[in-house]
Amino acid sequence: MTVPLALEPAGMGWQLELRGDWSLAAMPQIEAQLETFPTTLRGPMLCDWSHAEAPGIAPAWALLRRLSHAGLPAAEISHSGGPPHFLELLQKLELDLLTSSGPRVAPLELEPIARLGRWSVLQGRHARGVLEFLGRIAAVIGQAFRRARALRISSLARHIYETGVTAIPIVSLIAFLISVIVAYIGAQQLSRFGADIFVVDLVTIAVLREMGVLLTAIIVAGRSGSAFAAEIGVMQLNEETDALRAMGMNPVEMLVVPRVLALIIVLPLLTVIADAMGLAGGGLLSLIDLNIPLPQFTYRLRESLSSTTFWSGLIKAPVFAALIAMVGTYRGMQVRDSARELGRLTTVAVVQSIFMVILADALFAVLFQKINF
Amino acid sequence: MLDRSVDPVIRVRSLGNRFGSQVVHDGLDMEVRQNEIFGVVGGSGTGKSVLLRSILGLRHPDAGTVELYGRDVETLAAADRSSLVQSYGVTFQNGALISSLTVAQNVQLPLREHYSLSENTLDELAQLNLALVGLEPEAGAKFPSQLSGGMIKRAALARALALEPKLLFLDEPTSGLDPISATAFDELLLYLHAQLRLTVVMITHDLDTLFATCTRVGVIVDKHMISDTLDGMLENPHPWIHSYFHGARARAAEKENHG
Repeated sequence: MTVPLALEPAGMGWQLELRGDWSLAAMPQIEAQLETFPTTLRGPMLCDWSHAEAPGIAPAWALLRRLSHAGLPAAEISHSGGPPHFLELLQKLELDLLTSSGPRVAPLELEPIARLGRWSVLQGRHARGVLEFLGRIAAVIGQAFRRARALRISSLARHIYETGVTAIPIVSLIAFLISVIVAYIGAQQLSRFGADIFVVDLVTIAVLREMGVLLTAIIVAGRSGSAFAAEIGVMQLNEETDALRAMGMNPVEMLVVPRVLALIIVLPLLTVIADAMGLAGGGLLSLIDLNIPLPQFTYRLRESLSSTTFWSGLIKAPVFAALIAMVGTYRGMQVRDSARELGRLTTVAVVQSIFMVILADALFAVLFQKINF
Repeated sequence: MLDRSVDPVIRVRSLGNRFGSQVVHDGLDMEVRQNEIFGVVGGSGTGKSVLLRSILGLRHPDAGTVELYGRDVETLAAADRSSLVQSYGVTFQNGALISSLTVAQNVQLPLREHYSLSENTLDELAQLNLALVGLEPEAGAKFPSQLSGGMIKRAALARALALEPKLLFLDEPTSGLDPISATAFDELLLYLHAQLRLTVVMITHDLDTLFATCTRVGVIVDKHMISDTLDGMLENPHPWIHSYFHGARARAAEKENHG
């Protein structure tokens, strides 16, 4: 393979012969050769292009830059042997670049305390943003008492359908399967003590108090929380929300409140379905694995229930719903500028809403414990 | 300036495109020769962008053939396809800059993909391409969302030029620009066309751009293309072409460039 350039002293200065492939494809080799150039060159330089094949713009540019880094003024460089037609243009651009570019300002290194300060300010702003968002939602709901149109019934209906009705199959299936698993593990342990029948208590209390609502909330967070963030995020990127504002409409009223309300309505209903499917799963496993006939299962079920078992699960559903919907829509409204932001904030929306749901569930557990609910 | 002896760069033969029952192109022929600036014109919905997508191989046409440099785009092997794609540059209507990369990174993207170059060289090439389209070096560090419309068009052109194409496709390069920026873009295009010996295919609605830059024009009417020089178009009796080139806006643009 031919070496792409040969530098030789000639008279007072230098002669540079360019050889072989000088197209963009040969750039890596040319680049490596240019690296071996002396860092300072003096005297006139003659570049001979007669042996260069298919010279490309990028290699020619790299050559010019290298020569000027070596301290050769443009007046000292001459070209012969049919230089490429764009060379004049590149020389002109090179000259512009040299005269225009001043020293670059290095980015400021931040002291740890300054960084802490910045972080605190950022968190403070963030908290204010959340409060403002909650306030806007409250304002719209407050208005709705005086002006029913603020509720956007048609949009509410669409979101109830999309977040609720279409979620029924997956919620049912998962609730059923998980409760079968819980009943199966319970049966394995309890049958060692001959306490098979308490599987019914286990399933009933676990499903109604915790699992029904928690599973539903997590599924809905994954399905609808992400959808909320992505839908609103894309509208932000397309300036659709700005368009709404410019037409005198309130994006919180149009986009956020219908989603929040829809989820608050839908999640308790989905929870009831999940509860029913969970009990069905437990009943089925008891029948098959433990030979507990259905009448006995339902009798034992009623025995194990206290007046609050069902409600202590269901009452959490609207709270979870509000958390999921608000996190999703809030993150959607935060999307700015780029597709990457959209992806990042959608992920944040899902992770954060699941975290909030579980945190809230823990707080509920403590609360119910204290008030003996 | 036109060399009629060599094969055309682009040859489209009896192209057909339809969406369901809606026929967009029916037997459309088009030829673009070396070193031309070829303007594609047509009313809204006549399939200018569909034609571009067919030529670029982004859309499989329902009938007809598309040849670039004498090779059928449809039947190319994957390796040939890749080298063909590298031989042309495209700018899209809204720039289509990758929003999560800076302008400089956008320009470096195709170079990074196809060649293994050092960071230093990549930076220099980004500088070169930005300088070619008349953007300040500082613009390289900005994200697309921080650019004005005119800068986005220029940055998109810089990215299209990164692989040193001989053929450029521009989809409405001056739409959404103010007249001064649009004129500056026309001048830039003419300058690059002369300096880099480019062949340019440009979809445009901008009559000023059309009169200022194009050597030939193809008009999509009645699902076909009628190609001619601008002077020829002005004589054309077809009602749509006549009203297009003799409307109030056209007369103003023409006066500016000829008178």
